[in-house]
Amino acid sequence: MDDSTKNLIQSHIDTNEVCLFMKGTPEAPQCGFSMTISNMLKILEVNYKGINVLESQSLREGIKEFSDWPTIPQVYIKGEFIGGCDIVKEMYENGELKKVLENKEINFKKN
Amino acid sequence: MAMDLKEIETLIKEAISDAVIEIQDLAGDGNHYSATVTSKEFSGKSKIEQHKMVYNSLKGKMGNELHALAIKTKEQ
Repeated sequence: MDDSTKNLIQSHIDTNEVCLFMKGTPEAPQCGFSMTISNMLKILEVNYKGINVLESQSLREGIKEFSDWPTIPQVYIKGEFIGGCDIVKEMYENGELKKVLENKEINFKKN
Repeated sequence: MAMDLKEIETLIKEAISDAVIEIQDLAGDGNHYSATVTSKEFSGKSKIEQHKMVYNSLKGKMGNELHALAIKTKEQ
């Protein structure tokens, strides 16, 4: 991964409290897994930034190396890698995701 | 490119020897799988670490030959 890609990813994570690296956009996801996570964040009314990795091949490959995680989507909250689709979905279902949001002082719909 | 269900199971078994694995071919196309992996080796590890163990066992196939593998890990 070149430095400019790495810096770009880091700046997305630094400037957005909740970052979703995804295929497509929150309005038009291009992959079912990305849509799943995007919808959960919408339901929780979390203010998140969706970053479309399909817009750039270097970003699409770079994010995998950056997180040491082979799949997309990927969720970052306040700079911390939280997980991919399976983990975040599990956390959503068992209530852990709300706890993480609460602990990290992110606004979301509580009930 | 598709991947055989048995092949996935074998790779996971090689890396996590006590793993109990349940795999489903979700779409019947050899491309969309769901795997539940249960192992003692997961204990004390975070979900991210547990999933990485499964990804690593697939030796780079995840995200390439293997487009979609939903993973669920359980500690025994």
